[in-house]
This record gives sequence, C-alpha cells and structure tokens, in this order.
Amino acid sequence: MADKPRLTREQIAARAALELPDGAYVNLGWGIPNLIADYLPKGVTVYFHSENGILGMGPRARPGEEDYDLVDAMKVPVTLIRGASIFHQADAHLMTRGGHLDVAVLGGFQVSAKGDLANWRIPGTKGPGGIGGAMDIAAGAKELIVCMEHVTKDGTPKIVEQCTYPLTGLACVDTIVTDLAVIDVTPDGLSLREAAPGWSAQEVRKLTGAPLLARGQVPEIRFA
Amino acid sequence: MKSKVYSGIDAMVADVPDGARIMFGGFGGAGFPNNLIQALVRKGVRNITAISNNCGTRDGELGLMFKHNQIRHVIASFPGPHANHFQERFAAKEVTLELVPQGILCERMRAAAAGLQGFYSPVGVGTEIAEGKEERVLGGRHCILEMPLPADYAFIKAQKADELGNLTYRLTARNFNPIMAMAADTTIAEVEEIVPAGSLDPEQVMTPAIFVHRIVQAKGIHYAG
Repeated sequence: MADKPRLTREQIAARAALELPDGAYVNLGWGIPNLIADYLPKGVTVYFHSENGILGMGPRARPGEEDYDLVDAMKVPVTLIRGASIFHQADAHLMTRGGHLDVAVLGGFQVSAKGDLANWRIPGTKGPGGIGGAMDIAAGAKELIVCMEHVTKDGTPKIVEQCTYPLTGLACVDTIVTDLAVIDVTPDGLSLREAAPGWSAQEVRKLTGAPLLARGQVPEIRFA
Repeated sequence: MKSKVYSGIDAMVADVPDGARIMFGGFGGAGFPNNLIQALVRKGVRNITAISNNCGTRDGELGLMFKHNQIRHVIASFPGPHANHFQERFAAKEVTLELVPQGILCERMRAAAAGLQGFYSPVGVGTEIAEGKEERVLGGRHCILEMPLPADYAFIKAQKADELGNLTYRLTARNFNPIMAMAADTTIAEVEEIVPAGSLDPEQVMTPAIFVHRIVQAKGIHYAG
C-alpha cells in the first residue's frame, strides 16, 4: 500500500482549485494552498485576497519587474489584476474574520474529526512558532478548506480523533483535500467524498486516525 | 506653530528612553521604518518593548535591534523564519514573546486608538492564546476578552507627507503603518517625500495629520530575503 501512487502537491492544489466557485473572494495560505492559483479551471475567475491588504492579487512578478512595495504574505513580489484594491492590515483581517471571504484554503498539521485545526506549531520543534493570520482566517472564513498530506513523513495520520498539536481553531474546517482523499467534515463525522486513483475506502481508512464515513462506492478524485 | 518636519534621523529618536514601548510598521519586507530602526541602534536604547508583526529578517528590520540586545519583550503575530537574532535571544531567555493573532493585533491597536477598553472576539477560542482571558458566549459564539494595545511611540514608514503630517502610503507598504500611527502617544514617520501643505488631495490622505507628530525625509531601505 505504501508504494501506491499518491497525489503530488500540485495535484492536491489542482483538486482543491475545483472547490472555488466562480467570482469567489479567496485567501490562500502557505504551502500547498499557495499553488492553487496556477490550477484554476478555464472560465473561472477568483479574486485572491492577501492579508497584507490586497484584493485582486495576480501572479508573481516576472524577473526584473519586481516591486518590493507589492508583495504577498510570503514576501514574494506579486502583481495586481485589473480592478484590484489596496487597504491596510486591519481591513484585510476584518475581511477574514468578519465572514466576508467566500473561501479560505490553509495548510494543516492536524485536523480532528470535529474539524478542529492545528497548523502553527509542531511540539518539539525549535522556537515559539508563529500564528500570523491563521487564527483570524479560521475563525471567520465562510468556508475553510485544508490542503495537506494525509500522513506525516513517518506515516502518522494527520487526520485524528483529537488534535494533539497546538490548535488554530475549533470546528472550523469544512473540507480536507489530501494526497489520498477529499473528505468533508459533517455533523455526523468525517465523510469520504473521493479517494485517490487506485485507493479503496478501506485503504484510506487505515491511514486515517478518525472514523471515516463512506456511502457505497467512493468515486476517484476528479481533476476537472 | 512648531514644525513637525525634522531634518535629521537621529533627532527624531533623541528623546526615546530605555524601556519605551514602541510599535514598528512593516510586513513582508515592505513599509518598515528602517532608517528609524537604525537610528535607535545608534542611540543604543535598551529594554524596549516592541510591537510588530514579526521579529526582523537576519540583520535587517528589527533583526538589528535583537542583534544588539535592545529588545526585552516583543508582541508579534509571526516572529518569522529568518528572525535568527530574535530566535537566539528567545532561546537564551533574553527576550519574552506574546504571540497575538495578526488581525487581533490590529484590532487591539485600533481599540487603543479609538478609546475603547477592550472587545470580545471569537479568534483563538480553545487555543493557547485564550489562556487566562475572560471567556463568555455572545450571540451564540464563544468569545474571549481582548484588551487594547497602546504604545509610547509608533515608528512608521510612509510614501509622502505634507508639512502638516498628512500621509499617503504606497501599495502593500501600507500594511500596519496607518493603524499604528493612530495607536501611539507619539508617531514618528520616515517618508520618501515631503510636499507643501495643500499639495495632497484631501480625499487621498490615508493618515490624517492629527495622528502624526514628527516627519523626516529619508530614502527607504529594503533588505533582501
């Protein structure tokens, strides 16, 4: 089972991109979520929000065209799309916290059966960690998607009954997209919506640390 | 009327005492008052409480003050992967840290600016940052009480000032600067350009002059990485 192919980080991003409705205002977090902008389906327009005060963030600036007064949350010089706007950090987070963003996509270290998220510090690592905007986003996004690998490098499930890492927010995650599955957090528990090509529901369950509901035949992860 | 325009950077910070509580604008390498930070390093102030989103980048931004062990306590949302001088001082227990979610950092400063004595927020309920804070249910949601965050000084970077202290910012170099400008007793701004009063379109002013006490013209410094 360990040898079966899993989704690449780019494929996780491509699958998560399908969750973004046309016209949505969206915040993308560090890690895999940051790749999503490259995989929007044709004909879908999404307005990207950056916590340092951008709505309508465009692609990264081309080499030689960088403006270091125009950066994203990862300090990368970016561009603006037509009709973009600029504002200060308090308004940027008023948008995240106040329920104005349609979708936020964050990376994760652990997600619990109830949709609790841990994504800012791994115990035992050096330093105090950093929260940044993650707690504001977790508290306020209308819909929160988490993109992450299904298990850690040593094979430990990242989807768990209860988070053991420091929490970012309680019951905030709606959907989890991993290299093995698309999973919805429902009032009845975690529900397996799609599984990676070649993976059965039972095989995904074995690598999941919380019960996983599945109705009938679980479809393969789609990319279009 | 005493002019707010200063001719030298060092004069801008001459009265900053040891132990001062200072806000520093900037995010992602943009909008940092790096000329003023360098002036604080030259002055050699100690035991500073710094309020800033992060803790500098190597020898740049606040990294310089951590390198010289000038900061005793820091209130930040994301110290940052390149804040090596902070990380060393923190590991050696020479610096203490209060981590605050980024948007709450903004709102606590705004509460201080607005004369509000605190607010209830759902951010971070059930997490480490809720520890020791009053919790109550409002509108069906669990919330924690967040307190205002004032400061003695705000050190900010703007693009243009007029002689009265009205400010504009450029692109994402705006970030925390206008919020901090409102929240401190004394706001000190380094700006790329100072123009005569009346030459900024009043509708385009982003920080009204009432919040700004000292301005100096200085070419902005950007640190790589």
